[in-house]
Amino acid sequence: MEESIKAAGSDDRGFLGGERGLRSWIFSTDHKRIALLYLWSIMSFFLVGMTLGFLIRLELIAPGATIMGAQTYNALFTLHGVIMIFLFIIPVVPAVLGNFLLPLHIGAEDVAFPRLNLLSWWFYLIGALMALASLFTGGGPPDTGWTFYVPFSTQTTTNVTVAAWAVFVLGFSSILTGLNFLTTIHRLRATGVTWNRLPLFVWAIYATAWIQLLATPILGLTVALIAIERIFQIGLFDPARGGDPLMYQHLFWIYSHPAVYIMILPGMGIISEIIPTFSRRRIFGYWAIAVSSLAIAFAGSMVWSHHMLASGMSDMGVFVFSLLTFLVAIPSAVKVFNWLATLYKGTIWLAPPMLYALTFLVLFSIGGLTGLVVGSAGTAIHTHDTHFVVGHFHYVMFGGAIFAFFGGLHYWLPKIYGRMYNLRLATWAWGILTVGFNLLYFPMFILGMQGMPRRYYDYLPQYTTLNVVSTVGSWILIAGLLLMLWNLWRGSRSGPPAGMNPWGGRTLEWTIASPPPKENFPGEIVVSTDPYDYHTGEGHS
Amino acid sequence: MSQTHGSYGTAKLGMWLFLFTEIILFGGLFVLYAVYYYFHPQGFASASHELSLGFGTVNTLILLTSSLFVAASLSALQKGERRLTLLLLSGTILVALIFLVNKYFEWSEKFAHGIYPNGPAMPNLAPGEVVFFALYFVTTGLHGIHVLIGGVLLTVIAFGVRRGSIHQGDYVKLENSGLYWHLVDLIWIFIFPLYYLIL
Repeated sequence: MEESIKAAGSDDRGFLGGERGLRSWIFSTDHKRIALLYLWSIMSFFLVGMTLGFLIRLELIAPGATIMGAQTYNALFTLHGVIMIFLFIIPVVPAVLGNFLLPLHIGAEDVAFPRLNLLSWWFYLIGALMALASLFTGGGPPDTGWTFYVPFSTQTTTNVTVAAWAVFVLGFSSILTGLNFLTTIHRLRATGVTWNRLPLFVWAIYATAWIQLLATPILGLTVALIAIERIFQIGLFDPARGGDPLMYQHLFWIYSHPAVYIMILPGMGIISEIIPTFSRRRIFGYWAIAVSSLAIAFAGSMVWSHHMLASGMSDMGVFVFSLLTFLVAIPSAVKVFNWLATLYKGTIWLAPPMLYALTFLVLFSIGGLTGLVVGSAGTAIHTHDTHFVVGHFHYVMFGGAIFAFFGGLHYWLPKIYGRMYNLRLATWAWGILTVGFNLLYFPMFILGMQGMPRRYYDYLPQYTTLNVVSTVGSWILIAGLLLMLWNLWRGSRSGPPAGMNPWGGRTLEWTIASPPPKENFPGEIVVSTDPYDYHTGEGHS
Repeated sequence: MSQTHGSYGTAKLGMWLFLFTEIILFGGLFVLYAVYYYFHPQGFASASHELSLGFGTVNTLILLTSSLFVAASLSALQKGERRLTLLLLSGTILVALIFLVNKYFEWSEKFAHGIYPNGPAMPNLAPGEVVFFALYFVTTGLHGIHVLIGGVLLTVIAFGVRRGSIHQGDYVKLENSGLYWHLVDLIWIFIFPLYYLIL
């Protein structure tokens, strides 16, 4: 062990050098190696989910059965949802960038429980493999949609049981990561890293970790109940036996709405890092952004029933949850306005990370505002279960969380691998991706308003034109995605050396080598600088 | 792992956070209890009278005793009395086993009357009674699994004490396992009145 540390220290490949071979990775307790384990496994599932999405859009290019029938379509959108949500977007930012950056941002050597951190990845891997196993075993791939609504999920002959246990295991991964990060932030901050010197990414991860910790157990219980229901037929959600299917929906959304903030909050943390760096301005409203993360986590935990406005709740319930939903818009808007104020009079450098961050602002705002349409009691009835909802959550999740993640990848991969990708290609990929994205998802708003339902493999002929536009958009989007991923991959392998601080960032990770050495910092450090210490009128080098 | 990572306060904080998740896991079942009780007060009351108050009371006393043992075992270890620690831990584990054996007989008695999910007695019961028993089996079953996990955990800890890896100077593993055990106890303290006493 001693020797390997020494070897790593003298190797300019940092934590990437030193011990080699598969075992030195899959049993590593180094937070940076675990981050990369997550990166590679999560991105593999992203490509699977993307392929499924591509097939769904291809089916919808024309009315009727185009390339598949109803049952296959049902299985595909279920898998697309399960993979993209549970295997990709929930873990991706905390597990990849959070794992890599959190200890660096607070001047620590590692997370609080390194072995638990490795165990979390193993839980992720086992859960993911179980999800895959559910496709090829039992009565065929699950066809319930990612929400596993009863009574269908307890009655369908497809392999929902294994998929439910897979989600249960994935939940452990998420809980343990949250627990680890909370303890790390409370206990391992270096001397001088006070709460008002925490990078806003850390604040976002902190708020996220609380949701992961406090909401995920309810999901664990809920999917476990589905599995138990299928095995023992206890009837907890069966009205004939005293149960209530609405209670399933409540339990499910008590987790799954806060989970939306597990997806978006860390993305917002990334944006709070990128915008000051590329506009050379101290972040505007540090405390407002930090506290709004906590406010979103808190308020977001009390709005779950807005997913059930059309499920037959009392008028009072509908009114209260609709009102609370509108309250979440306030801390979200606080963030957006503070980012805009940071840009104001800044020296803006439109490098790829910044392009993604600015695109995030637009797409997230569209997604957020259409969220108010589906969140208000009256319009929810009209748009419920239509393509409007599909458009809305893809704008928030893809346009928001994933664009932020892509921005984060472009921002930090040169730090992680020590090599720079091709900036021109990255800009092209961003442009293609953004055009494709809007072509793909914007028509869904119109289709939904016109009444095209979601989750059907077929539609009426009058919806054909916009569906063709949307499907063509998916091809452009995928072209942009593949170009982006290829460029990042090639850059990480064989790009020119990126240097310690290619963007002029002020957070602690930019003060050490790229890639960072195994032990992160030379011994215990004392921090006396602010993470957004920019001076007005400062230029980009 | 450096010293700061393994420090006492860090380990304790991590454990407390984990205990939150356990409370919320059971919290979901208590929410179901509250709502279904609101829907079926009559059914809940009549089904509750079917449960054996004797078994429930004995098991409550057993778990409270086990918590006393585990708390005392920590004090003993802090004073460096290894033999007493092991004795008290063995007592905790023994009492946990008695709890599970009791639970086995209690469930068997219900099964013998055809009261179990999809059992022959269930179609004759009112919906409120059926859902009461469904919740009863899931909640006490999940709690039983936690007793089992806690028992295994304390056994591993006992071996650690015996081997000397857990000792007077480093007892946080025993303390954390004790916390887990108290949590299992605490959850039972809520289950017992809700299912056996108040209806």
